[in-house]
Amino acid sequence: MFRKQECVAMLLAGGQGSRLGVLTKNLAKPAVPYGGKYRIIDFPLSNCVNSGIETVGVLTQYQPMVLNEYIGTGQPWDLDTMHGGVHVLPPYQRSRGADWYKGTANAIYQNIPFIERYDPDYVLVLSGDHIYKMDYSKMIAEHQKNNADCTIAVLEVPMEEASRFGILNTNPDNSIYEFDEKPKVPKSNLASMGIYVFNWNKLRRYLEADEADKKSSNDFGKNVLPAMLADGQRMFAYRFEGYWKDVGTIDSLWEANMDLLNPKVDLDLGDPAWRIYARTPVLPPHYIGENALVQNSLITEGANVLGTVDFSVLFADTMIEEGAVVRDSIVMPGAKIKKGAVVQYAIIGEDTVVEEGAVFGERPEEAENLDAWGVAVAGANLVIGAGAKVPAKAMVEKDVKGAEK
Amino acid sequence: MRGNNVLGIVFSNMHDEYLKELTAVRTLGSIPFGGRYRLIDFALSNMVNSGITKVGVITKSNYQSLMDHLGSGKAWNLSRKRQGLYILPPFGQGNDIYSDRIQALEGIMPFLNHSNEEYVLLSDCDLVLNFDIDAMMEAHMASGADITIAYKYGIKPERRNDVIVMDLDDTDRVTNIEIDPQRTQACCFGLNIYLMRRDFLKMAISSARSKSATSFVRDVVQSRVLKNRIYGYGVKEHASIIDSVASYFSANMDLLKPEVRAELFERSRPIYTKVRDDMPTRYGLGSSVKNSLIADGCVIEGEVENSILFRGVHVGKGCKVKNCIIGQNSVLGVNSQLAYVITDKDVILKGGRTLMGFETYPVFIGKEAVV
Repeated sequence: MFRKQECVAMLLAGGQGSRLGVLTKNLAKPAVPYGGKYRIIDFPLSNCVNSGIETVGVLTQYQPMVLNEYIGTGQPWDLDTMHGGVHVLPPYQRSRGADWYKGTANAIYQNIPFIERYDPDYVLVLSGDHIYKMDYSKMIAEHQKNNADCTIAVLEVPMEEASRFGILNTNPDNSIYEFDEKPKVPKSNLASMGIYVFNWNKLRRYLEADEADKKSSNDFGKNVLPAMLADGQRMFAYRFEGYWKDVGTIDSLWEANMDLLNPKVDLDLGDPAWRIYARTPVLPPHYIGENALVQNSLITEGANVLGTVDFSVLFADTMIEEGAVVRDSIVMPGAKIKKGAVVQYAIIGEDTVVEEGAVFGERPEEAENLDAWGVAVAGANLVIGAGAKVPAKAMVEKDVKGAEK
Repeated sequence: MRGNNVLGIVFSNMHDEYLKELTAVRTLGSIPFGGRYRLIDFALSNMVNSGITKVGVITKSNYQSLMDHLGSGKAWNLSRKRQGLYILPPFGQGNDIYSDRIQALEGIMPFLNHSNEEYVLLSDCDLVLNFDIDAMMEAHMASGADITIAYKYGIKPERRNDVIVMDLDDTDRVTNIEIDPQRTQACCFGLNIYLMRRDFLKMAISSARSKSATSFVRDVVQSRVLKNRIYGYGVKEHASIIDSVASYFSANMDLLKPEVRAELFERSRPIYTKVRDDMPTRYGLGSSVKNSLIADGCVIEGEVENSILFRGVHVGKGCKVKNCIIGQNSVLGVNSQLAYVITDKDVILKGGRTLMGFETYPVFIGKEAVV
């Protein structure tokens, strides 16, 4: 017997996030580490429980192992409940064939039986690609007030950047009259955040119609939402104010981490009223050594800092040896920066070792060609050899040999 | 594979009186330690790491904070359908709360009777120690002992009046036990960790009670030296006994030594504690931190040296914090200066305050105090 849930959240977590390169080689984008002790998926999951949503389906497809293991029973997010809770939903085989998730809409379509068990009034569709704190219950309340069929969360972006986003054109009452995907000449600056609330009975009908349409690419943005709008369904924009960042690229991931060091950025992860929960390793407090220099940084449990750390984010169990310098960088769990090594404008993947005297990344002020400059990235479980020099914007996938003596 | 046929018993209130300042509002077991732990975490983690799946925690008074800390036992992997964590509140006849260890054990007789484990491991919460109980178990089996007592070789703790000093033969068999003797040189002193068969414990307790005995060390342990096979198990790992504010201070400060951290936070035997979901600690512009152990959720804008900061501490701009232990969620206002200070939880220091203690006499600021 399943207890009725007013709202079921469906979290699209199957994307590869190919623009994150080596960081998503062996794990799905929502599992990418962020902010010292989190993974991206902690944000939508924590938002759900903080908003009172206790039934969450996580749709996985690309490299699900790390994500599955991370979500586990859902205990860190209080989602190991008797009714509902978090469920990982991979694509599956049926008596008549098997399909991967063909698109975002198809992923939900294939899990109609999962949603039906809870007989929800609303389905909240989320993605696992964004860093933000949002009370979904307010969005659902507005959805109810508008007597809407579909509500889409939007964020005001600067007009000059609007052409990078999916833009919604709205009437004064926030009802939507047009979708404008990456418009050259935007009419509005309301960008879709990829967060949708649907009346489940309506959504179900449109998913079935979309599935029957062989020409459809089974995508919410391209197919389902335009079809609903064309039929004159009541669609509204929900204006969100606050911090929201797509961390789909190396630069945006790096910036989103650095935003945590900026007191002017409106993203407080320490707010006891809206905690971001995470599965944390069992490690002692971090240690700062006698000769260490630490400023403007975020450091978490299990880290050992004996060198210099400035404008950086250090994850659990990292080691910064004496004389090593880490500046403007992100050092992911278990990574080691050995004596005298320099890491600057870089992201060092999980458990990677930067050997003595290696220089990883470059400062923009030292770059010869600023257009070719960018954050350097090392994947997971690599060794950057002693004395090696890795240039700006490098995407290191294999071990790097040390410098010849 | 889990399970080793040993039942764990933890005494959460034993020795409360030695740390009156810190136990005014809690049990000895729930005294905060090392930035993110409570003392009971060491006893529980040692047991769990050795494969013990059933632990009874004996409580006596002020155990609200302890229950809050332990919850269902999930953090120690002790929230389970079979076995798990059992909190054992005082269970006396009439209005009596137990006053000694024998009474306390008698009070949990039903729990001892209903357990199936063949062995019992007793431990207190005054020890900061990460040791391999499996090795103690092996020694116990190999020697065929009736009781095995974990001991440490060194200078015995000063303030204990129930500490036992043992003479051992070359097979580690205990030949003589003295209770709190005058001893200034190194000796083998007991750590109040006892391993024996459950049946043996039950027999020893009822026999002691029938003689109206009140002292566990005298009437159960010492009196059996000749009658039974009592063996010692030498603990080689780093161990601190917390029996005064000064020893609490120095045991915390020991964590700043890399070799102590390596032994105490040995990778294969993690020390578990309640998860608090704080954000990582943020270091501000102009912060300076040297030789310190810092938990999550802190915001540091001043100077910190040779100190331990618990979770959620705020060190304001211009602060100078030296040789201090700053309790959870304490706020140190701008330009405060502190040396050799221990603050309990939730202490607020208004700006510009100066507090100085001394290494052997640290200043203690009680829970929720505003200075």
